[in-house]
Amino acid sequence: MAEVVGIGAAPRRKEDFRFVTGRGNYVADIVRPGMAFGAFLRSVHAHAEIGAVDTAAAAAMPGVRAVFTGADMAADGVGGLPVGWGIVGRDGLPMKEPPHPALAVGKVRYVGDAVAFVVADTLEAARAAAEAIVVDYRPLPAVVDMAAALTPGSPLVFDDVPGNLCCDWELGDAIAVDKAFAKAAHVARLKLVNNRLIGNPMEPRAAIGEYNAGTGQYTLWTTSQFPHVVRLLMGEFVLHIPQHRLRVVAPDVGGGFGVKQFHYAEEAVVTWAAGKLACPVKWVCERSEGFISDAHGRDHVTEAALALDAEGRFLGMKVETLANMGGYLSTFGPNIPTNLYAPLLSGVYTTPAIHCSVKVVFTNTVPVDAYRGAGRPEATFVVERLVDVAAIEMGIDKAEIRRRNMIPAEAYPYQTPVLVEYDSGNPRACLDRVVELADVAGFPARREASAKAGKYRGLGFSTYVEACGLAPSRLAGQLGARGGLYESATVRVHPTGQVTVLIGTHNHGQGHETTFAQIVSDKLGVPFDQVDIVFGDTDKVQFGMGTYGSRSLVVGGAALSKASDKVILKARKIAAHLLEAAEQDVVFENGKASVAGTDRAKTFAEIAGAAYVPHNYPLETLEPGLEEQAYYDPVNFTYPGGAHVAEVEIDPETGVVTLAAYTAVDDVGTVINPMIVEGQIHGGIIQGVGQALFEHGVYDPDSGQLLSGSFMDYCMPRADDLPKMTTTTQSTQCAHTPMGVKGCGECGTIGSPAAVINAVVDALAPLGVKHVDMPASPGRIWHLMRNAGLAQAAE
Amino acid sequence: MDISFTLNGRETAVDVPPATLLVELLRERLGLTGTHVGCDTSQCGACVVHVDGRSVKSCTMLAVSADGCAVTTVEGLSPDGRTLHPMQQAFRDCHGLQCGFCTPGMMMSATDFAASHPAPTEAEVRHWLEGNICRCTGYQNIVKSVIAGAAAMHQGTEA
Repeated sequence: MAEVVGIGAAPRRKEDFRFVTGRGNYVADIVRPGMAFGAFLRSVHAHAEIGAVDTAAAAAMPGVRAVFTGADMAADGVGGLPVGWGIVGRDGLPMKEPPHPALAVGKVRYVGDAVAFVVADTLEAARAAAEAIVVDYRPLPAVVDMAAALTPGSPLVFDDVPGNLCCDWELGDAIAVDKAFAKAAHVARLKLVNNRLIGNPMEPRAAIGEYNAGTGQYTLWTTSQFPHVVRLLMGEFVLHIPQHRLRVVAPDVGGGFGVKQFHYAEEAVVTWAAGKLACPVKWVCERSEGFISDAHGRDHVTEAALALDAEGRFLGMKVETLANMGGYLSTFGPNIPTNLYAPLLSGVYTTPAIHCSVKVVFTNTVPVDAYRGAGRPEATFVVERLVDVAAIEMGIDKAEIRRRNMIPAEAYPYQTPVLVEYDSGNPRACLDRVVELADVAGFPARREASAKAGKYRGLGFSTYVEACGLAPSRLAGQLGARGGLYESATVRVHPTGQVTVLIGTHNHGQGHETTFAQIVSDKLGVPFDQVDIVFGDTDKVQFGMGTYGSRSLVVGGAALSKASDKVILKARKIAAHLLEAAEQDVVFENGKASVAGTDRAKTFAEIAGAAYVPHNYPLETLEPGLEEQAYYDPVNFTYPGGAHVAEVEIDPETGVVTLAAYTAVDDVGTVINPMIVEGQIHGGIIQGVGQALFEHGVYDPDSGQLLSGSFMDYCMPRADDLPKMTTTTQSTQCAHTPMGVKGCGECGTIGSPAAVINAVVDALAPLGVKHVDMPASPGRIWHLMRNAGLAQAAE
Repeated sequence: MDISFTLNGRETAVDVPPATLLVELLRERLGLTGTHVGCDTSQCGACVVHVDGRSVKSCTMLAVSADGCAVTTVEGLSPDGRTLHPMQQAFRDCHGLQCGFCTPGMMMSATDFAASHPAPTEAEVRHWLEGNICRCTGYQNIVKSVIAGAAAMHQGTEA
């Protein structure tokens, strides 16, 4: 659009033209001159010693350029994959952090653990050769269940990690919680499972390594949410390539959801192999391979209790969680079920005492790390299920018990008993609005109509708060972060007044090219179509921590806002000179600098021209050029929140749960582009619905094989499974971000699992069902109903 | 094997090994990377193209089977590459895409459907799109796009 498009508008997305015309540039689309193709040989055993690896036959096959094993990489001095976050246990000792070689050495620890890498002229030749490698595995007993892994005598994933316990972590005041329970009129208790999920962005992971022997420069193209962090982790810790000789490019990336925010072994292997063979090496993950090599999400088992007084006011909460790490620590693995989980157990409530202990456990499964929401959906599920259990047991209306315990709007900023201070919010307003929008008053009639049709109908609430906008670096450092969590932006004004923004976040569906352009268009008064956003290339963008944790607008947008302000500051100085006025008399607005109270003005393009052709310019006091950079480190997390209502109908014949309606009211702070925010909420809700109703990463307890390892077995939400959602925002402004934004990427995923399961339990309450584990699949529901019916018949 | 077919309106002749999948021919040999591969079990629909006007998962069809056919990929939806096809325009207008990876397959599937459904209901669209997986949008705006795109495709053709 050839005009200014500001904050609050909904222009069509800039990025869409290339995507709808098939001109996206994903890693798998990239072809490099002389490129060879790689294939991994992955372990078929969940746990085994690696004996001899015979690569001779594979290496002799036609077209094969090399076969590499973990021993080859170790002999070359290649390091292990680093962990970006170190947590400390309740005993004051650091977590156990065993080595994580890019290709397995000594043992394989999960089905899918990479053992060897073949490079060949064609993909077919590489795959055929990988199959020809003979590995002398000596299978060991495997353990995939966390409780079993903690049991004395269990197989050990790492010989030097006793009891498979990575860390025994806690947060909160246990004594205060004990006192609260001692005086409680009622205690609600619940044991629940937060099911293992497999993120499955639609674009499978891919990586291309390249080495230029002339310059000594390495390049990695990768499907990453944070190319600068990959450069730092891989260059410094794994391959020992200096940062200035390593370029990491993450071009168009087809969805991330956390799955692509880790430094993966394959990235290091292709880059290293490219150096060894002096040719570009490309690897593209197949979907089935992704199921056993992309980091998984969630996988908690929790026992929780809520103490209440006789009026249903929350007095204290006690939570004990087992959190699965899988066979190695992934980049942020140990941070997710601890720092991103326990501080959210206060929810939107005034619970005065909370204690959470988390046992972080190794098992013979794919490593577990962040998946959209990352710790916060798990916390919300615990809180909101417990609240429903308490409401049912005490006979209090489910909306009423929430209202009774909510933090009042006037109590913000609000210090919770679990570390964090919420800056802003009005949970009551969200709840009241969603009750109205979801027509909760009309539910009894709808339930009756369903009953007449032989169906069970239920309605479920969920409220939530999340900590996002990751993250204030100092606080994160105290919690174990090994890096900073600021963001950076450069606003490059061209001599003709157009603008290129270089930003350290990464756009893989979130619409940053549009939202960020709106911010610049709004601030500088430059037409929307004259602002382009560049990201995803460490040779172009100064630095950045990437995109995850709903941080891009909150932290990256703040850096962009700050850099734009610096441009305005300099533009005013230039304009003051050109207009022969005092700087304090020059006002910059609507793309023009004018002398207050006069019609004397210079356009932004004229100012830019003067900055780059400085013939009439204050060269004594001001540098030529108009380009400014800002780094922004947030002072606090942001705390989006909201209230959701799900309505389900259950067919007793089949056990199929149909999501009949879904309504969400979210507080995301200032909305820059309402169309994009709505899209983020929609997608987030359905990912949470997927967890609640469909998705489950299932391991066979004996063999350690992943049983849900393809789209045939792992049930992704599809268009015909879902209703039309009603979503709206009901926002308070964030008190500490420059534009009042809070972030919206994870809201839906955090709020929806509890709302859906609360609705399922509500539907089945007449049968005496008190809890349903996720996913509420037809088989599980059918069995629950049958058992409940048998139990009722027996009474 | 030598095959010849019409690809996005142009006569194309290639020599392909018989085991080559249509999607491999399009992406790896002919450089049409708008057609995507999102799975290996014919479930996701990112690779949908048109063969003689009907939507087909190109990961599930041998290239040699396209001999003598007319194949259209996402690159052929808009003949000049600048003016968008009504379905492309609808996806853009209705925010029917986020990361863009499933989008070509979604649109190719949708245009086949819309050709015979000028005014589909939401339920009809959802049922038709069962074979195309999207992880980003929750489908709501895709359904909206398909309904809008279908209407736009048939604009002016109503009796």
